[in-house]
This record gives sequence, structure tokens and C-alpha cells, in this order.
Amino acid sequence: MSCAADGRCGSGCTHARTVDGARRALLQGAAAMLTTLAAGVMLYAFGAAPAAARRPEEKASAQQRWGLLIDAARCADGCTACVAACQVENGWRDSGRPTDAQWIRKLTVKNPSNGASFSLPMLCQHCADAPCVDVCPTGASFKRVDGIVLVDKHTCIGCRYCMMACPYKARSFIHEPVEDQKPHAPRGKGTVESCTLCVHRVDAGREPACVEACNDTAGGAMLIGDLNDPHSEIAKRVAAYRTTRVRADLGTEPGVYYRNI
Amino acid sequence: MARIAYQRLENHRPLVWSLLAVNGAILIAGLGAAYVMEHRGHVVTGMDNQIVWGMPHVFAVFLIVAASGALNLASVASVFNRSDYAPYARLSGLFAIALLVGGLSVLVLDLGRPDRLIVAMTTYNFKSIFAWNIYLYLGFLAIVAAYLFAMMDRRAARARLFGKACGWLAFAWRLVLTTGTGSIFGWLAAREAYDAAIMAPLFIAASLLYGLAFTVLMLSALSPLAGEDFLSEGMANKFRGLLALFALAVLYFTAVHHLTKLYVGEHQGIERFLLIEGGRYTAMFWGGQILLGSLAPLALLAAPLRRSVLMLASALFVLGGLAQMYVTIIAGQAFPLALFPGMEVTSSFHDGAVAHYRPSWLEIVLGLSGFAIALLVSGVALKALPFLPRLRRD
Repeated sequence: MSCAADGRCGSGCTHARTVDGARRALLQGAAAMLTTLAAGVMLYAFGAAPAAARRPEEKASAQQRWGLLIDAARCADGCTACVAACQVENGWRDSGRPTDAQWIRKLTVKNPSNGASFSLPMLCQHCADAPCVDVCPTGASFKRVDGIVLVDKHTCIGCRYCMMACPYKARSFIHEPVEDQKPHAPRGKGTVESCTLCVHRVDAGREPACVEACNDTAGGAMLIGDLNDPHSEIAKRVAAYRTTRVRADLGTEPGVYYRNI
Repeated sequence: MARIAYQRLENHRPLVWSLLAVNGAILIAGLGAAYVMEHRGHVVTGMDNQIVWGMPHVFAVFLIVAASGALNLASVASVFNRSDYAPYARLSGLFAIALLVGGLSVLVLDLGRPDRLIVAMTTYNFKSIFAWNIYLYLGFLAIVAAYLFAMMDRRAARARLFGKACGWLAFAWRLVLTTGTGSIFGWLAAREAYDAAIMAPLFIAASLLYGLAFTVLMLSALSPLAGEDFLSEGMANKFRGLLALFALAVLYFTAVHHLTKLYVGEHQGIERFLLIEGGRYTAMFWGGQILLGSLAPLALLAAPLRRSVLMLASALFVLGGLAQMYVTIIAGQAFPLALFPGMEVTSSFHDGAVAHYRPSWLEIVLGLSGFAIALLVSGVALKALPFLPRLRRD
């Protein structure tokens, strides 16, 4: 005889009440082990998840503030693992022409007085007070409540005023027809685009491609997390170490923090 | 005050039709250029991810700024009660509308997605000065159209208060409009060449100059076509004085703009670039904007008045205005962004490097088509409605 999973069987059933206590404990232990093992396998396969995945119907939360912490001391000059991963993930290519899009690029910064230099990746800084969002006439440039700055490809008219306003040169205009687009990163000739912080991955509880590539194959210089969560690794490190935000003097409140620059 | 009689342009000589045909051909070429740009993408232009606004914007912003200034004569007549300017008020309003339509057309045709114009007209981000400008442009067109109606409709013209109110509103609106256009650049904190409140009054002064210079050229061209002398010695003298005054105002604001930036250490890089080391941009500033576009025409205006000299000076002011827009828009972008002030930055995205811009013919043709549109709108309106004053006493 079968009975319902919640134990609400027929009036004559004593099944749930007569389960042996030791057997229940064994089952509970096995379930716990399986859960732990599954989580471990997932972590191994996909890397540390920045947060739990959101369900498709679930809205982004204003309680969160996604941010990046990038340690320039771990970012090797000449390493472009993050750039290559972003290209593969989002389907853009850089053939060296000034009309090509670049969602993320490596900068080499040198102090002209003593020659000291460092290297770092530059991408959309996902500013809290993003100038690109302020100046966009149609509101196509927008900031999600969790801090991720995006472009609505349906309402971008291609005026490029956001590119004039961005202090980080983080945006690119698509100058010619694009092929082989990724379903999660639609691109369109005549519109503006930039780093999405791999929003499709973050919403699925995964790391952006650049962060994953840096951690897996390079120096592990990049960390993503919720800056608003004091228990998150990024929030702890930002609180513990001296960090810098690029052109913080402009008051844009970037969501990308750098160490050792 | 004596009533002013008006006439349509009833000259049907081949010259008039030829002028219309030439402008029509330029317009068609401009539309063709826009089609190629939209079909193949902006890769066919000289613009890229460093210079995102190019020659179309140079022409478009010049025309939009000049549009506001073209209303000068109407404003002087209605707001400042100078009756000797009153015969030109209708023409002044017409030129203002024509120039604005020309400038906006170029701006729209250069968009990455001009097919989404309806989105731009219906979806607004009110924090954007660009969005405000859309309202300012459309409002300007509506107000000047109402102003023209007030001047040209028999019954409306009798309601002098209505005409006066339209004149004042148009005058105030044009100041706000040009403030808005200047602020498109002035409010860009990220770029060192801009980021200055003085951009707004600088643009207002520039609008007064460009608009009047364009008007003088038009009056000069229309005089033989209409068989009238729109540039009588008396009026030419007045225009000469105003042009000189406006040119000096532009020079003054330009000087203050640069001196202010020169005084601040962090902006000395951009000033060294613009004024000394910028190559073609520096040459365009000193040679185009200052020497050819300001000092030379000022010297011409100081000489004994001749119509040909006044025309030459006005043409130089227009060319100088285009040079000023080129320096403002292109050179302002060519100078690299200061991501790490005081440090040397290099990257695959041309960070830290001066951008090179070589405009394509498509862009230049599209820009010129803005002038063609302005001239066509003016020409058709002059033929259809009585805009031209009848100055001769028969």
C-alpha cells in the first residue's frame, strides 16, 4: 500500500507512526550526505556561486549591490584570460580596428616619474550614479536595482551620448552587422553595448565569465559578490583592505573596486 | 507706423530653379549617404569608438545653434521695439525654422537606429539634457510657427498682444534652447574639454553670430532674386555692428573658457593639446576658428562698408563657426580620457592615445544636406507665402 509523502494517509493507516526511529535517522543522514556531495560537485563544476540563483519570475533585489573586487597585484601584465573569456561568452571580437567593440580590456598604467607600472582589467564600472544612465534620452541605458548597468537593446536609438558621458570608455557602438550572436547577449548594429556583468550568469547563481576565467586559469585576481551583504567575501575584503575606485572623484560611485593600484 | 507690404518670391528665372535643383540634389545625396550608413553600419564613416560624434554632428550642432540666432532680427524688432528690423521679422522666423529642421534632420539621420525615431519621441528619460533638448527643439518650432502665424495672419496680426507675447516667448525660448545645446557638452564631467558651465553662454553668443551671418548671406542672395535691396546701407551698417559685437562676445567667452582651464593644473594637458600640440586640431582652432573665422572678418568689418565685404565677412563667420564646432566636438573627443590622472595609460582600446579622425565623404555629404534642407525649406516657403518685405516705394 502506498501512502502520501506528507504522511496524511487513510484513516486506517499507521504507516508513518510505525516507522522505525533508527531507519529514519539513517535516511536523514543519507539525505544530508547527498546534499553536501551534490553541492560539492556543483561547486567543482561551476566554481563558487556568487549567490543563490534567481527564479525567472523573481525580480532583482534592491537589497543586493553586485560589485567586483580586482587585485592588480594578481593581474599579470600581458594576461588576457578575462578578455578572451568575455569574448567567447558574449560573442564579440577585437580585430584591432577602432570600430570594434571591447567590453573588457587590459590597461597598463605607468607612473611616468619612476616607471612603476601595473596592469588591470577595465570594464563597465556599474556605477551607482552612472553618467550613461543619466544622459540617455530614451532611458535605454538603465541600472537594475541590484546595481548592474545594462542597455535595453529595444530602446537604444544609437545616439552615442552615453559614450560621450562614460568616464571609463566602457561602451562600444556596433558599427557593422554582427553574426554568431549569443542568445543571452543580443547585439545589434547601430546600438551601444557594454559589459553586462554576465547578468545571465549572475542571475543563474554563477560567476561572470571573466571572473571564472581569471580564477581558473590566471591569477585569481577577480572576485564578484554582493557589496551590501556584510558576510560576503567581497564585502569583508573591501572592508579589510585599502581599495580604490577609478575616478572616484567624479562621484559616480563605481561598483568595481581595485586593490594594489 | 507705416504698414509693411510683403511679397512671395515670384522670380521664375532659371537661376532660382537651378538653386532649388542643386539643393535638391545635395539633399538626395545626403539621404543616399544616410542610407549607406544605416545599411552597412557606421563602419563606412570615419567615426569609431574613440570619435563617436563626427562631421554630421559638426554640421548638425552648427545648424541648430544658428537656428536660434537666426531669430535675432525678429527678436530685435518685437522684444526691443526696433521698427527698422520689423520688415525682416518674418524672414527671421522662417530661417530659424529652416535651420533647425536642417540640423535636426542630420542629427536623426546619423543615429545608429533612425528607424527608432518614434522611440525617441515617446520614451523619455527626464534626467537627460538630451531629452530636454528634444522638447526644446520641438517647442521652438511650435513657438516660432505661432509667432509667424501671429505676424502673417490678418486677424492674428491685429491682436498685437498675441504677437508680442509670441515674440517674447520665442526670445526666452531661444535662450533656453541654446543653453540646452551648450549644456549637452558643458555637463559632460568625464571629458576635460567640456565640463564647464561657460559652454552655455558661449553657445548663446555663437548662436547670435552664426544666425546673423547666415541671415546676412541669405538677404544678400535674395536681394537680386526679389529685385529688392534687403541690405540697404543703413541696415548693412547695423548688421555690421551687430556681427562685430557678437564675434567679440564669442572671442571673449572662448578666451575665458581656455584661460579658466589653463589656470587649473589638471586641465593643462587638454589645453596644451588644443592650443599647441594638437596638430590639425590646433591648426583648426588657431587658423580656422580664430584667424579665419573671427579676426579676419572682424578686420573686414572695420574697413569701409561695402556689401561684398559684408558678405565675405559673414561667410567667414559661418566657416569659422563650423571650425569652432569641429574643434569643440572632434578635438574634445580626440584627447584621451584621464582614467588615471598623472599616469601613462595604454591598452588595445587606444587608451591614453590621441584619436585620429578622418571623416568620410558620406559624413560630409550628410552634413551638407542639412544646409540643403534649410535652403530648400526656405526656398519653398518663400515661393509659397509672402515672407519677403516689399521695401521699394513704387
